Amino acid sequence: MDFSLSENQLLLQEQVGKAVRCLVPMERLRRAGQEGDRFAADVWEGFCDLGIPGLLVPERYGGHGLGLLDAVVVAEELGRCATPCAFLGSVVAAPIALIEAGSPEQQATLLPEIALGTLRVGIAVSEPLAGARHDARIHVRNGLLTGRSLFAVDVAGAHRLLVADHAGGLFLVDTLARGLTMQYLETVDCTRQAFEIVFDEVPADPLPGAGPPVLERLGDTLRLALAADILGASGHMLREAVAYAGTRQQFGRPIGSFQAVKHLCADAAAELEPGRALLWYAAHAFDLALQDSHVCALHAKAYLSEAGRVVARNAVEVHGGIGITDELGLHYWFKRINWSAQLYGGPTALREQAWLAQASLEQSR
Amino acid sequence: MDLSYSGEHESFRREVQNFLAENARAIPKHFGVNRPTAEAVAWQRLLIERGYVARGVPRRYGGAECPPDIMRAQILGEEFARARAPLGLVNQGISMFVPTLLEWGTEAQKQDWIARTIRGELIWCQGYSEPGAGSDLASLRTFAVEDGNDFIINGQKIWTTTAHAADMMFALVRTELEAKNRYRGITYICLSMQTPGIEVRPLRTMTGAAEFNEVFLTDVRVPKHQVIGARGDGWRVSNSTLKHERGMLGDPHAALARIRNLLGLMADETVDGVSAIELPVWRDRAMRLQGRALAMKYHAMRLLTAAHKGEDLVLPRLIVKLQATELNHQIAALAVDVMGEMGLLYNDAAHSRAGGLWQKRLMFDLGMIIGGGTAQIQRNIIAERGLGLPREPKMAKL
Repeated sequence: MDFSLSENQLLLQEQVGKAVRCLVPMERLRRAGQEGDRFAADVWEGFCDLGIPGLLVPERYGGHGLGLLDAVVVAEELGRCATPCAFLGSVVAAPIALIEAGSPEQQATLLPEIALGTLRVGIAVSEPLAGARHDARIHVRNGLLTGRSLFAVDVAGAHRLLVADHAGGLFLVDTLARGLTMQYLETVDCTRQAFEIVFDEVPADPLPGAGPPVLERLGDTLRLALAADILGASGHMLREAVAYAGTRQQFGRPIGSFQAVKHLCADAAAELEPGRALLWYAAHAFDLALQDSHVCALHAKAYLSEAGRVVARNAVEVHGGIGITDELGLHYWFKRINWSAQLYGGPTALREQAWLAQASLEQSR
Repeated sequence: MDLSYSGEHESFRREVQNFLAENARAIPKHFGVNRPTAEAVAWQRLLIERGYVARGVPRRYGGAECPPDIMRAQILGEEFARARAPLGLVNQGISMFVPTLLEWGTEAQKQDWIARTIRGELIWCQGYSEPGAGSDLASLRTFAVEDGNDFIINGQKIWTTTAHAADMMFALVRTELEAKNRYRGITYICLSMQTPGIEVRPLRTMTGAAEFNEVFLTDVRVPKHQVIGARGDGWRVSNSTLKHERGMLGDPHAALARIRNLLGLMADETVDGVSAIELPVWRDRAMRLQGRALAMKYHAMRLLTAAHKGEDLVLPRLIVKLQATELNHQIAALAVDVMGEMGLLYNDAAHSRAGGLWQKRLMFDLGMIIGGGTAQIQRNIIAERGLGLPREPKMAKL
C-alpha cells in the first residue's frame, strides 16, 4: 500500500508550480479579468507549452493519458497562484465527457485538438449539478437546445460549449451558432468568470453515451478540480499568514509569538491538512471507478470548501488591517476560495447529495 | 497511489482472519477495568505467542521480536476492529513505559520489568502531572533528595490514572534544585506503589467514575538503580514516552465506527414518529462529521505510508491529536443533541439509551481534549514545530 503521490506526480507538481509562478506574478494578477483579457491568452499559451491541455486526453489522441489525481495536482498549483485562466472546461470537463460519452468520431476529431489547446471548450452544466436558479434550464426539442444556463464558465475564448440538459444529456455547441447569446456576469473573483447563456433553438451535437451516470462522473471531476484549487489557494494564504506573523513586530516582538495569533494559524493548518488526503483518495477512487468515489468527491469538496473558508478568514485576520487592502492583494485568494466553494454546490448541498448517494448505494447492496 | 496490499501482506491478513475465526471463543468478554481479568491475560499471552502484540519487544524480554512492519500493524488493527476483538491489553505500562524502557533502560531494568508488564502482571501508573504542573510540566515540584544509595521523594502527583490499582509508578521528579534550566535536573524514576509514604486518593470525575487519583508522596525511599536514563535527564527520557502517548490518541477506525453507530442511533431515535435521520437539519450535521472522519481516515493512511518509508510529515503528524479528539467530542455531542430530552437520562435510568454511553463519551472525550497536552498546548506545538512560528519570548526571571 502506498498512499502518496508518485515521483512523476511530484515532478509534475514542481514543474507546473514553477511555471505558473512565472506566468502569474502579482502585477499580472492585477490585470486579470479586465475587458479584453478575460481569456488570458498569455497564460493559456504557457499552459500549452507545458502540455496542460492534453493532461487527461488519451495518448492515442495526442494527450498524456493521465488521471484525475494528476489533474488535481495541477489544479492545486493553479489555485496556489490564483491563476487567471481557463482550466475546468477544456482541460478537465471536455476530455472526461468525450472519453466517457463521446462517439468514436467525436473523440477522433475533437480530442487531438483539445490536447493541443487549439480547440477550447467552455461549460454550461451548472443547473443539473447544483440545481436551477431562476428556472434556468435547458430543454431539447428536435435536437435543438432552448433555455438558459447561468454560471457557464471558461466561456471567454472558447470555440465550443459543453452543455448539459436537465435529463443528464450532454451536447457540444459551437459558440458562434445562431440562436446563442452570451452575457458576461461580474462575479466576486476577477481571476475567473461566469456567463449567462441563452439558447434559442440552437443546433447541438449530442454525446451519444451521455446520461445521469456520466453527468455524475463529470460533476465529480469538476468538484474535485475546484476542491484542489481551494487547497492550493488556502495553502498560499496560510503560508503568507505564517510568514507575516513571523516578521511583523508589535509590542516589541513578532506577532507570531503571541499565542492568539499562533492558534489562528494552527487551527487553519489543522483544518486544511486532512482535506488533502481526502482529495487524493477521492481522485484516486474516481480514476479506479471505485464504488465510494462519488460520495467521497462530494465530501472532499464540502470539506475543503469549509476548511478553505477557515484558512482564508484566519489568514486575513493574522495580517490585521493590511490583510483587507488591495495593496497587499490577499483578497484575490480569499475571493477565489469562496468562488470555488459555491460553484457546483456549496458544502451543505453537497452533503445532502452525499447522504442520498450513500443511502442508494446501501440499498443496492 | 496504490491502495492494494502486497501478496505477502494479503496472506498475513488471511492468517489474522483465520486466527480470529478459530479463536473466537477465546476473545475475552470481560477485560477488567484496572487489572486485566484472567481471560484477558490468557488472550494477551495468545497474541504475544502469535506475534500480534508486543511486536517490537525482543524475545529475551518476553516479546514477539518481529521486524518493524507498519503495514502488518495496520492490518492487525483493521482485522481486530472488524472482528470486534481487542488487540491485546491497553495500559500505560505497555503503550508508554515499555517503549521508553527499551530506549533508555539498563539490561537489569529491562529483565526485571518488561516481560511482566506486557503479560499484564505488572500494572503501571504515570506520575507526571502535579497540581501546579499540568501543561507546563517542566515546572514540577516533587523533589527527590539523595541519601546514600536511595532517593527520598516528597511531593504530590495528580491525574494519576489507575494509581489505586497499580503496582508501580514511572514518575518525573526534580533532583537538581539549583539547575538553571528548568528542563534539566528532572529525573525519570520508577517506584513501587507499596513503598511506605505513598497515599492514593481517588479523584471522582464528571462521568461519575473514579478514573484518576491524587498521589501524595512523603519521604518515599527509592533505590537509585530505579532511575531510567541518566540522573537529571528525565525530560529527554519522558519526551520519548509522550511521543508514544500522543501518537496513539488518534484512531480513525474508532471514529468511523462511532459515525456508523451515530447513524444507527439517528435512524432509531424518533420524535412524533419521525426519525432524526429523515430530517435534513440533523442529517447535515451527521454528514459533516462523516466527511471529517473520512478525511482523518485518509490522513492516517498518508501518515502510515510516510512512516513506512521512514519519512516524517511533521505538520500532518502533529495535528492528529487535536483533530481526532475534537471530532470524537463532536460525534458524542451530536448524539446527545439528537436524543433531545432523552439525552437527560443517564446510566440505568428507565428509557436511557445505551446506558448513557453517549453522555459518558461527551464528558470523557472532553477529558481527552485536555489530557496528554491540552488543545491549546497542541496548537502551540503545531504553530511552533509544524509551521515554524516563533516561540513565546522567555519571561524575565521572577
